[in-house]
Amino acid sequence: MEPTTSPGRAVLSGNAAIARGAWEAGVRFAAAYPGTPSTEILEHCGTYPEIDAQWAVNEKTALETALGACYGGARALCAQKHVGLNVAADPFFTASYTGVNGGFVIVSADDPGMHSSQNEQDNRFYARMAKVPLFEPSSSQEAKDMTAAAFLLSEQFDTPVLLRTTTRISHSEGIVTLGPRQEAPAREFTRNMAKYCVLPSNARQLHVKVEERMKALEDWACTCPWNRIEKGDPAVGIITSGISYAYAREVFPQASYLKLGFTNPFPAKLVREFAATVKTLIVIEENDPFLEEKVRALGLACIGKDRIPICGELNPDILARALPEFTVAPPPARVTMPSVEIPVRPPVLCPGCPHRGVFFLLRKLDVHVTGDIGCYSLGALPPHHAMHTIVCMGAAITNALGIEKAMHEKVHGKLVAVLGESTFIHSGITGLIDTVYNQGRHLTIILDNSITAMTGHQHNPASGYTLKGKPTHRLNLAKICEAAGVKHVTTVDPFDLKALEAAIKEGLAAPEPSVLITKRPCILLKGYKPEQHVVRLNRVKCVKCGQCWKAGCPAIERDPVDGKTVINATLCVHCGVCARICRPGAITQDNGGQS
Amino acid sequence: MITNILLCGVGGQGTLLASNLLAECTMRAGFDVKKSEVHGMAQRGGSVVSHVRFGPAIHAPLIRQGEADILLAFEELEALRWAEYLKPNGLVLVNRQRILPMSVSAGSSVYPTEIISLLEKLPARVRAVPALDIAKELGNQKCVNVVLLGVLARQLPAIDRPTWDAALRERIPAKLLDLNVKAFERGWNAA
Repeated sequence: MEPTTSPGRAVLSGNAAIARGAWEAGVRFAAAYPGTPSTEILEHCGTYPEIDAQWAVNEKTALETALGACYGGARALCAQKHVGLNVAADPFFTASYTGVNGGFVIVSADDPGMHSSQNEQDNRFYARMAKVPLFEPSSSQEAKDMTAAAFLLSEQFDTPVLLRTTTRISHSEGIVTLGPRQEAPAREFTRNMAKYCVLPSNARQLHVKVEERMKALEDWACTCPWNRIEKGDPAVGIITSGISYAYAREVFPQASYLKLGFTNPFPAKLVREFAATVKTLIVIEENDPFLEEKVRALGLACIGKDRIPICGELNPDILARALPEFTVAPPPARVTMPSVEIPVRPPVLCPGCPHRGVFFLLRKLDVHVTGDIGCYSLGALPPHHAMHTIVCMGAAITNALGIEKAMHEKVHGKLVAVLGESTFIHSGITGLIDTVYNQGRHLTIILDNSITAMTGHQHNPASGYTLKGKPTHRLNLAKICEAAGVKHVTTVDPFDLKALEAAIKEGLAAPEPSVLITKRPCILLKGYKPEQHVVRLNRVKCVKCGQCWKAGCPAIERDPVDGKTVINATLCVHCGVCARICRPGAITQDNGGQS
Repeated sequence: MITNILLCGVGGQGTLLASNLLAECTMRAGFDVKKSEVHGMAQRGGSVVSHVRFGPAIHAPLIRQGEADILLAFEELEALRWAEYLKPNGLVLVNRQRILPMSVSAGSSVYPTEIISLLEKLPARVRAVPALDIAKELGNQKCVNVVLLGVLARQLPAIDRPTWDAALRERIPAKLLDLNVKAFERGWNAA
């Protein structure tokens, strides 16, 4: 990833544009925990030498650290995916009361359509609930411009600012005009107990200030350049924001628009003005009726979620189907597709993934498995079928503890919590302490693949490197578990299925909490080249027992003619897991199956 | 006039680099451009798609069904999956490569046979290109994406050849440049 520091124009993703906007605004500190679709914001911040960018262990520590940096006088940014702001919600709400010193911008990247998420919450409501101003960019150019503007607004009104993107803003690209960096004026951090210490007596005063601030910001919202009327046919007036504006312009090019880029506080006066000039009012927004509720509260009749779906992301086709009477052109002619069944292609664990053997064994041992968020969530899917629950970051361990509390001896010796090392550090550690303290006895398996993998390989405290690639202290996971009070802590190589199975059985049999750390790097890790012992297949010995297919490896195929196993030489990385699973000895590894 | 190009393939085939270079070249050729794709889970061997739209001014980054001028498919089954985005009589450029989804390799579903002839029955112009074979001949099958980019580039008269060559030189790491310049050239001539 190269920094884009030259002037001129560049094709940038929304995420790269936010980083660029932060850099141009003189930002000195940025923090995040990775989460799709927000991850690249910090990766891009990290390419600028002037920005001290860091991976935090979770979103709460990221937001608190960035808030601290802003108290210390720096312009600071933190970024997370929508569900990440749930983790950071506690400091977020109170930061609204303390306000800022240097400018402070919080980015929430929402995921309508749930391309890579567990829910589709609309984080614009966080801005309303925490009484924080809200920007919603519609393009990469706006993502950059609004980020820079948000820092100035933050300092002008002494408030944190929320910038909300969605997957189609964060991960879409467009042309952006670049500007130079402007260093922010230095700000002193002085003792100000009434502002920075939210004791109840102070907080009562601060709340009054927050309400005054929101009133002043409502006036600003009605006159700022980010909310504008684009005059068109007065028969149709569309109020819209974010990516929905881009879709609407595509399908209803003739209409009049109130294009909102700044949506909290709600620009009521401007909305009334616009509504008075058009015949039919339509509110177009993705997911929840965030704007529509406010429009209706003004007593204005409008078309909205009665016609436009709440569930899933929008696109021009959906809008055209929902509001056909307002389109100017008929829908595009379509080609007629042949009536052939097209097999789906969901994501799968990569060939050589260190998690594969774990799920094969958990399925074989037929235990209850509470899962978590990461590549290993794929363990819930066929053919693994090795997960009973997935809720949120860190929930594996505490869900298991609760299941024990409800089911007692029915699950003793049969209950396993599975999570990755980055997720364990994020919010699994507290659950493990809870388990020991409250005398649970399930087995926790920490899948340590040396990297935060699913979001595209970010460093974490167990990898021993910072976001900028600098060596740092490497967290000792086993010692953390021991310090929590776990007496049975074992570490095994997950390619060694014999040792792995023995360790799982031993952990399950223990009458107290136990932890098993499976340690082997992600096969895609840069610079990682495991010693390769060639995996071979003797087709004569294959009895079509199907054991190897249960491993769910993309490199293992079934011959459509004789039904026997075939190893795809292009995909196989010779990890040898299938050789250790194969009962009749048809698949072998040159080292005799030793890992 | 707006040109809509849909690139599709399987996670890991390098569709992202191809769509990045395409978007870069459209900007250098003086067009407005928008591009959209989804990262994350899809990278793990799943079905991936990039929308690229260029012209005088572009609002939405997504192509409507029935509006793709060109479908550049890195894999045969993915060509079939995304063909419904094609404009009638649009152009399909399809790599002759099959990557079996897990359900097929496990025997629970069937990979359709004769995908190229199914595509040829659509109201579309179809060109099947052995890009994987070409990449293997060049000694590195990973450059299949740049072979396919060369195939596509030949179909876009609005972007001249020097624009492509300059973008390749600037965007591809030095040690891989020779290979990729050759891959692009082979694709350019294969069309």
